[in-house]
Amino acid sequence: MANISTLNTTVAGIDAVSSRLASGPRGRKPRRVLSRRNVMLYGTLIVAALYYLLPLYVMVVTSLKGMPEIRLGNIFSPPLEITFEPWVKAWAEACTGLNCDGLSRGFWNSVRILVPSVVVSIAVASVSGYALANWRFKGAELFFSILIVGAFIPYQVMIYPIVIVLREMGIYGTLTGLVVVHTIFGMPILTLLFRNYFASLPVELFKAARIDGAGFWQIYFRIMLPMSLPIFVVAMILQVTGIWNDFLFGVVFTRPDTYPMTVQLNNIVNSVQGVKEYNVNMAATLLTGAVPLIVYFISGRLFVRGIAAGAVKG
Amino acid sequence: MHDTVSLRPKSSVSIRELSLSFGSVKVLENLNLDIRDGEFLVLLGSSGCGKSTLLNCIAGLLEPTEGQIFIKDRNVTWEEPKDRGIGMVFQSYALYPQMTVEKNLSFGLRVAKMAREEIDRRVARAAGILQIEPLLKRKPAELSGGQRQRVAIGRALVRDVDVFLFDEPLSNLDAKLRSELRVEIKRLHQALRNTMIYVTHDQIEALTLADRIAIMKSGVIQQLDDPVTIYNRPKNRFVAGFIGSPSMNFLTGELAEEGGRPVFRTNGTSFSLDGYDAAQPLAPGRKVILGVRPEHIKVDGDISGGEVHEAVVDIEEPMGADNLIWLKHAGHTLSVRIGGARRYAVGAKVRLAFDMTMASLFDAETEERI
Repeated sequence: MANISTLNTTVAGIDAVSSRLASGPRGRKPRRVLSRRNVMLYGTLIVAALYYLLPLYVMVVTSLKGMPEIRLGNIFSPPLEITFEPWVKAWAEACTGLNCDGLSRGFWNSVRILVPSVVVSIAVASVSGYALANWRFKGAELFFSILIVGAFIPYQVMIYPIVIVLREMGIYGTLTGLVVVHTIFGMPILTLLFRNYFASLPVELFKAARIDGAGFWQIYFRIMLPMSLPIFVVAMILQVTGIWNDFLFGVVFTRPDTYPMTVQLNNIVNSVQGVKEYNVNMAATLLTGAVPLIVYFISGRLFVRGIAAGAVKG
Repeated sequence: MHDTVSLRPKSSVSIRELSLSFGSVKVLENLNLDIRDGEFLVLLGSSGCGKSTLLNCIAGLLEPTEGQIFIKDRNVTWEEPKDRGIGMVFQSYALYPQMTVEKNLSFGLRVAKMAREEIDRRVARAAGILQIEPLLKRKPAELSGGQRQRVAIGRALVRDVDVFLFDEPLSNLDAKLRSELRVEIKRLHQALRNTMIYVTHDQIEALTLADRIAIMKSGVIQQLDDPVTIYNRPKNRFVAGFIGSPSMNFLTGELAEEGGRPVFRTNGTSFSLDGYDAAQPLAPGRKVILGVRPEHIKVDGDISGGEVHEAVVDIEEPMGADNLIWLKHAGHTLSVRIGGARRYAVGAKVRLAFDMTMASLFDAETEERI
């Protein structure tokens, strides 16, 4: 009997322990929404976002106001009467020098500069990066070091010599000349980018393709290219924004009728004659900035998809 | 009046005085190797011994600094990889990630602009041999490691090559899969009878697969022999220590004579060398190293005669099928392999005897076999 009762108390003791264990902490630890950590984290993020978005907000609302409303001076107040007049004027009527056809001329000039520059520079850089990474040739190291040094030389140093070279080639002041300049200056950083990417791909793939009998171009087009979408998107973003936003080369290497959009924007905004039309200036600036912005939005998506595709390793 | 040349077994791959150096680093030095037609040759060595470099030279992926390479009696030293009649399987599989298994298999044939029907026929044949037909439409990412390696082998198979080159093909797989695929590679070799050159650092793969093993160290082939000879009659101390797990016991000492018969003397005891098959006369006084494998030391009941010594059990390592015991004897520690069912307590006294017919004697200076 005694034995059984002790046994029972022991069992009861075990039950008590297990029920205490069951009522203890379990599963995910609850966290307060308004903890100090969260306040700091989200507070900083919100302040930073406001800091960046406020100028954009001012630009958008100003571009939608008429001049009388702007003269009231309330730059943060939303427009009382929304008007798209300034946008139309910025695009089609604003005067720069002798031309009064707005930014549209500069836009199309920029497009004509951008497309060939981006395509040619990426095409050449990807092939040379591939050659540098996979086809060890004599002087490859030297060639690569020269390229890297090239990436660090300030552009200003080379402007005058390039002007002379372009003049001698007879393409100074033409869009072709500017395309050549953009292509050349994009080369160091892009080649570096592609070389490092191709070098990160397993070298056995390249060896296997050589054993399978593929040559330089076949390996490039059939093995390397399909695996490199992410890096192409990165290179494209880099080049599109860089070339579109370029001002220095645009103003040096073109003439007024071939000015890219950025140079023309500057001429509109900085014109000293007549009234300063803030709404038109804001609209023109937004129009000029729209292209890189759109590229970011579109290719950002592509970029993510590209990374996902690249993650599929053999 | 027959000419003797035709009697020579036809060699599939010959390497003549091959050297390769990267700058001042010599990876291969004056290497000669003849591989017979249909032979399975394993290049075995620790990492950095030049075995993969040699394979890459044979494949044509690396240019030798000096020397010649013949495949099927054709000098291919300057040929492109695709013209050498070789197929290669890599450790990392190296499947083209954006292509399906079928496209992976047929890539080389499509590059060679082969007729559609012929490509289909060859892919079907390779897929049949390797049993990967259900996988043909999948991408490499959707395959397991073993399946990927099978596809990689298939890629060499479709090209109908004379020589297969394997560069540590099983090293990325887990132990179970490795032993399965090892058997499959052996079966494949028995079915195809192609020449296969197989690089590995795994001695089990080497011993199980090879017709002959070439053990390499710092760019030089130490011994080229069939697995049994390599295991039982290693040419030098390096080979003896490299092959075998647990590794061979080495005792340093010198040769002597007792009663007109050669003995091995160490730390005040001596072992009779009766039964040892010496290639050189056993001159007394010569400093030597005696090598005995753990399974060639007999204890207690296994002793069938000959000289018997006393030892004490130091550590016991049961390994399932076998039991490895470490014995202390005259200042040496000896590992002995016995049946898994026989257990010894630490400190127990045992009697031991060496099987001298299976032992190896090396010169202490040159470390070459005597």
